Amino acid sequence: MRFGVVVFPGSNCDHDAWYAASANLGQQAEFLWHDERSLGQADVVILPGGFSYGDYLRCGAIAKFSPVMQSVKEFANAGGLVAGFCNGFQILVESGLLPGALLRNAGMKFVCDQPILTVETVDSPFTRSATLGQRLQLPVAHGEGNYTADDRTLDMLEAEDRIVVRYANEINGSARRIAGILNAERNVMGMMPHPERACDPLMGSVDGRVIFESILATLAATARSAA
Amino acid sequence: MNFTPEVLATHRINLEEYAKIVEILGREPNFTELGIFSVMWSEHCSYKSSKIHLKKLPTESPRVLQGPGENAGVIDIGDGWAIAFKIESHNHPSFIEPFQGAATGVGGILRDIFTMGARPIAVMDAIRFGRLDDPKTGARNRRIVEGVVSGIAHYGNCFGVPTVGGETVFESCYDGNPLVNVFALGVFRHDEVFYGRATGIGNPVIYVGARTGRDGVHGATMASGEFTEESKHKRPNVQVGDPFMEKLLLEACIEAMKTGAIVGIQDMGAAGLTSSSCEMGSRAGTGLEIDLDLVPQRESGLTAYEMMLSESQERMLLVAELGREDEVFAVFQKWGLEAVRIGTVTGDGLLKVSHLGKIVAEIPNQPLADNAPLYDRPHDVPAYRTAPMQGPVFGSTDLLGDLKKLLASADLCSKHWIWGQYDYQVRTNTLTIPERTEAAIVRIKETNTSVAMSLDGNGRYCYLDPYEGTMLIIAECCRNLSTVGALPVAATNNLNFGNPERPEIMRQLVDSLRGMGDACRAFETPITGGNASLYNETLGEGIFPTPVMGIVGLLPTEKPVGIQFPKAGLDVVLLGGIGSSDHTRFGGTQYAKVVLDTLWGLPPALNVEYEKRVQAAIREIVRAGLADSAHDLSDGGLGVALAEASFGGVGARVQLDTPLTPEFALFHEGPSRILLSTARLPEIAAIAAKFDVPAVRLGETVLGRLQVDSILDCEIEELNRTWRNAFEEMLHAG
Repeated sequence: MRFGVVVFPGSNCDHDAWYAASANLGQQAEFLWHDERSLGQADVVILPGGFSYGDYLRCGAIAKFSPVMQSVKEFANAGGLVAGFCNGFQILVESGLLPGALLRNAGMKFVCDQPILTVETVDSPFTRSATLGQRLQLPVAHGEGNYTADDRTLDMLEAEDRIVVRYANEINGSARRIAGILNAERNVMGMMPHPERACDPLMGSVDGRVIFESILATLAATARSAA
Repeated sequence: MNFTPEVLATHRINLEEYAKIVEILGREPNFTELGIFSVMWSEHCSYKSSKIHLKKLPTESPRVLQGPGENAGVIDIGDGWAIAFKIESHNHPSFIEPFQGAATGVGGILRDIFTMGARPIAVMDAIRFGRLDDPKTGARNRRIVEGVVSGIAHYGNCFGVPTVGGETVFESCYDGNPLVNVFALGVFRHDEVFYGRATGIGNPVIYVGARTGRDGVHGATMASGEFTEESKHKRPNVQVGDPFMEKLLLEACIEAMKTGAIVGIQDMGAAGLTSSSCEMGSRAGTGLEIDLDLVPQRESGLTAYEMMLSESQERMLLVAELGREDEVFAVFQKWGLEAVRIGTVTGDGLLKVSHLGKIVAEIPNQPLADNAPLYDRPHDVPAYRTAPMQGPVFGSTDLLGDLKKLLASADLCSKHWIWGQYDYQVRTNTLTIPERTEAAIVRIKETNTSVAMSLDGNGRYCYLDPYEGTMLIIAECCRNLSTVGALPVAATNNLNFGNPERPEIMRQLVDSLRGMGDACRAFETPITGGNASLYNETLGEGIFPTPVMGIVGLLPTEKPVGIQFPKAGLDVVLLGGIGSSDHTRFGGTQYAKVVLDTLWGLPPALNVEYEKRVQAAIREIVRAGLADSAHDLSDGGLGVALAEASFGGVGARVQLDTPLTPEFALFHEGPSRILLSTARLPEIAAIAAKFDVPAVRLGETVLGRLQVDSILDCEIEELNRTWRNAFEEMLHAG
């Protein structure tokens, strides 16, 4: 399978996502340049972590205007799998592909940690290989990961089973400890944690692999049903 | 003379130096030229007080591909790969404006690394502040800490380089003069090394990156003088950093280098356009013609003087191959950066600067860059110290209380509040978590080699004896590396000292460098570059002499050994034994500082030859996978090491068989000792015997408790809570 990793000016986890997909998962992976409309041959698009365009206005606020994001939206609307990690999650929210907003962490400080998360749904292309309630140790590194939405949206996310992962313990003030969510169609996911940093035993945890493996299982199933 | 004594004084050019300038030019300098000389001949850029002593340091080994004199040192790590690394200070700016001062400190050292062609993969920082609990200065010191830490986090996190470790120290002497020393390390292939050389007459000189503004004009000369009340008004001298711009600059430079069209490149750091141009010309034996009208400018009305001296951040100067400029321009355009041809390499050896159609400076590059006056400053007096040789008579009634005091002290408590704000994992090479291993380790993905790094300084030791103190620092760094199984291979130094024009301070510097030379020769860690920050005095109060060393080691890529006991039932072993100390050698310990609130005597005694054997033994033990944990003894001695090793929840029950009193046995800081846990004691004993060092079994690991003879017994969680929460409590006190 082929992973397309978008490179915005200021992306800094692009290489990590590329390495996880190619070296750790043994898949094909290519970089997609922000200024181009082409998504290459990507079967799944990853929006990586970093500080796209410096994140000087609001995290992800500029990235949503980039040419590549117009293509990513079309890709998503056509049912393509899109996953955003960290800054990628912020971009998805700013782009309107996911609801809510990510505010400054409640402690007003950047947080780098290895928290425990719980898998809240396995009815998603990104967690189908996990088990419900599975505990994952995934790195986080962000200053603005405090997920916020109005109660109606939060209730809807819960009711529609669109919360993918939650922090086992509060770390950044996120509403209902939400760490990652799905869109209504369930083909777009954003999460603040970095599963790409947890795919190599040397990095201390391989709990991020289940996210990538779920994507691969989904793509394989799609390929089978298409064939 | 063209200038009044006041003008010369503000440029820190004395009459002798002025005469030398006139001799070099064959005429009197104009104002712009005076500015150019003043920054190039500043202490910061020219090392005029330290150079004759720095020259005595060892700088070579078969691994050294590039020693001092370039933007960073380069070391061969095998398989065609190399690392570039250096440490640099940003002390003065961090006092004036902590956030931006520290942020641009990170930015500056990162540029030093990638200007060589290496991609930065790790940053560490050694930071020192005044006491947080000082009734008069504590509030200010707490603000400086918060500013410096968030500045480092801001720049490194956004740029995308992991900040993997460091050290934080608090002493009254850093009250008006915090130290911010930043170390960076990058990786590349041997054939990807670039140098700051303007070769090829007729080649275009290209300016890339951020526009030039008035910020930082005279930063280098500011960093070369003592601080006064007036310095606080020098805020415009501090530059403002833009890590996003730097990230783009990194990617664009590395991509442009791959075109093969770049022949030389140097960042515009201290002294900006001046130093980058004249140093590139001097190294290549060429001249440079620069037209300032072509320099991208942030605001109108900049004078030639301001443009040449500006220290605006995120700028580079490069020389491209004639006819291939467009390949370079295309890359920078792709990354949205300005790249402008501003001049030409010439054969006359002159730095020729024009502005508004007129020549505003014409100076021979080589003497400007290399012929700064060198001073053998007087130092024929004892090194400055007021501490007595003998301290108070003491005896503890509460050893557990003492241990808790130590664990809650600013130097020894957990710095999670600090490193939890640094992204220490980006680029997925970091094999360690801060405070869990003796040294930070990053792997080089393309090889089976990892690089271990240790930063260390100890102003107290060096104040008591600059020579011995400096040797202890190097021994400590090398011991940290050896404890994770790495072979130390090279070093970088950051010399933080007071005013070298005072003989008793100069003597500290000279003695320290002598110790550095002796130790680096003994441990086979040549100095490949570094930084000198002198004049660290505020209102006449000098800092402790504080050389900070950054030493790198190599090891095979594998899961590193941690400092914590992993499970109950293991043997607890002290490699090197309990060691010895006496009253005099106890006066520089953390126990003396924290519990007795005083400083006396001499630093712990070091036997270099013995230390080397201990290190060789621990490397062999760790490489063979015989140790389940390994923790070197340093600040706070055995007592603190036992506690720290227990913070995973598994403690120890140990017996100390020693004639030392309990205070000395638990808290002396004699070097050459490493605390291990193991299930393979006989094999460890055999390796220790081979190197003729003791491996003393102290006891065994147990769940949840730390117990030392009958003198100390408590729950781990009690100690852990004290250690874990102390820093935040101190920061938020008052």
